[in-house]
Amino acid sequence: MKIVVPVKEVAVLDEEFDLLEDRPGVDPDAIEWELNEWDDFSVEAALQLREAQGDGEVVVVSVGDEEAEEGLRACLAKGADRALRVWDDSLEGADPLAVARVLAAVVERESPDLVLCGVQSSDAVQGATGVALAAHLGLPRVAVVKALDYDGGSGSATVERELEGGLTEMLRVRLPALLTIQTGINEPRYANLRAIKQAKEKPLEVLGPADVGLDDTALAAAAGSRTRSMAPPETGGGAEMLGGSASDVAGRIADIVKERMAG
Amino acid sequence: MSGVLVVAESRQGALREVSRELIGAALGVKDEADGRVAVAVIGAGGGEHAAVLGAPGVDEVLTVEDAPEHFEAHVHGAALEALIEQEQPSVVLLGHTIDSLGFGPAVAARLELGFASDVTGLDWDGGPVATRGGYGGKVQVELDFPGKETVLLMLRAGAFEAPAENASVPARAVQVSAEPQTEHLGFREVEAGDVDITKAEFLLSVGRGIEDKDALPQFEELAESMGATLSVSRPLVDAGWVSNARQVGQSGKTVKPRVYLALGISGAVQHLAGMQNADTIIAVNTDPEAPIFRVAHYGAVVDLFDVADELAEQFPG
Repeated sequence: MKIVVPVKEVAVLDEEFDLLEDRPGVDPDAIEWELNEWDDFSVEAALQLREAQGDGEVVVVSVGDEEAEEGLRACLAKGADRALRVWDDSLEGADPLAVARVLAAVVERESPDLVLCGVQSSDAVQGATGVALAAHLGLPRVAVVKALDYDGGSGSATVERELEGGLTEMLRVRLPALLTIQTGINEPRYANLRAIKQAKEKPLEVLGPADVGLDDTALAAAAGSRTRSMAPPETGGGAEMLGGSASDVAGRIADIVKERMAG
Repeated sequence: MSGVLVVAESRQGALREVSRELIGAALGVKDEADGRVAVAVIGAGGGEHAAVLGAPGVDEVLTVEDAPEHFEAHVHGAALEALIEQEQPSVVLLGHTIDSLGFGPAVAARLELGFASDVTGLDWDGGPVATRGGYGGKVQVELDFPGKETVLLMLRAGAFEAPAENASVPARAVQVSAEPQTEHLGFREVEAGDVDITKAEFLLSVGRGIEDKDALPQFEELAESMGATLSVSRPLVDAGWVSNARQVGQSGKTVKPRVYLALGISGAVQHLAGMQNADTIIAVNTDPEAPIFRVAHYGAVVDLFDVADELAEQFPG
């Protein structure tokens, strides 16, 4: 079986950061990049399925500049078989629908049995890329999956969808399908040093949108939004900050708790 | 293209609260959108909700009853596509909910609509302008949708005011044919466990900041000596350290205690959704930019273990 797992490097801002003045954005010096937390779980789910089946291929795909290769190599070190990276400078700041369009063109060529995405990314938090990708691929999809029982023989998978308030829905989806994977579905593995070394030898192919048949017009039509401005968040009332040592803070907390609980 | 199409949401026969908030948001841009506000209810039995969905300013309720009893993402998607085709709205509003995540982005992708999710503010400047968080909520981003005749927005639950008044509004049944691609097998409630954190008046809540499972007993003891009930944020449940009966947040419980003391919880949106209405929120976190400080009444940027040790002395139990 072939499983494709789209992954993403997410931006983590330093405690202090500056906004750009000439366009909406954050000063890149204040950004660290790391593999999206949700993607740890989707990759792990794919690896576990391949291991349970006894054979198969796990292909990780990312839309991103060279920075994205670190994340892809991390997935290869964990056990993914090969990686694809698609990039063109015109994709800078692409919204989830544009990314989904690019992914669709790449994933289509792979004809996977299953596509596993993270539910959302920790930086953009749109929760849209996976389901938009499924729409382009014409695949059935289930969003926010927290348990997965794959039964290739019957052509279906039984999954659990995590709803609000602790409710779970059990459902069956026909295959091939796309699932967006929720954190906690498994225990993501760590790669050992040897695997990290070996990952450098695994195939990582770099493509441009034109290589998968996409031109600027198609990408512009797919894009869902444009960033108009960026600002520090509204602080609302904001918290009254308690200063001093841990002991001072604990003293104030104790006073507040006693007062509020006494009434 | 004109007007606003709202997609109401129901589950297990009950209308979800976000539905009327969407109507409130729709009425807020009705004049600019230059048209009608129509509210669609997709799903068998949706007609029953029509009466509740009416509000002054809502023009029509559309019911799509030819659908499975429970939410099915593909039927919802096909129905919404048909409704957009028919109504030609300039704005489509969905809740930013688990159900909508299953079909909203698919419809936007297929029809190449303007799109944004987890939207917390909606303005108008020649077209809709959506406000949402960026970089994990550390900045506020304004999005616009140039060249898009229809824009689909998924609005965060609790971010918009529901209209105060009800009104009787005409309802119209719409026929849509769509094939489900998943089969509902059942629902399961969270295991009750030994504790009901929604009933607690004082919650001591710990998160990722405690770092190690071995640190948990210390906070269980502290909670007991302070007279609090221990609750947690999602990562501790994901890691299998604590039962989800104690989880606060969108996928856990919504709590409203008199005091919510959060140690080492940065405050992801999904967590804030579950506790921001607590009477008094006290947050301790080493990151001064942690989003939880925006909803907290009191905050402190100190090491949570140092504070926990000091609190243990203040509350010898």
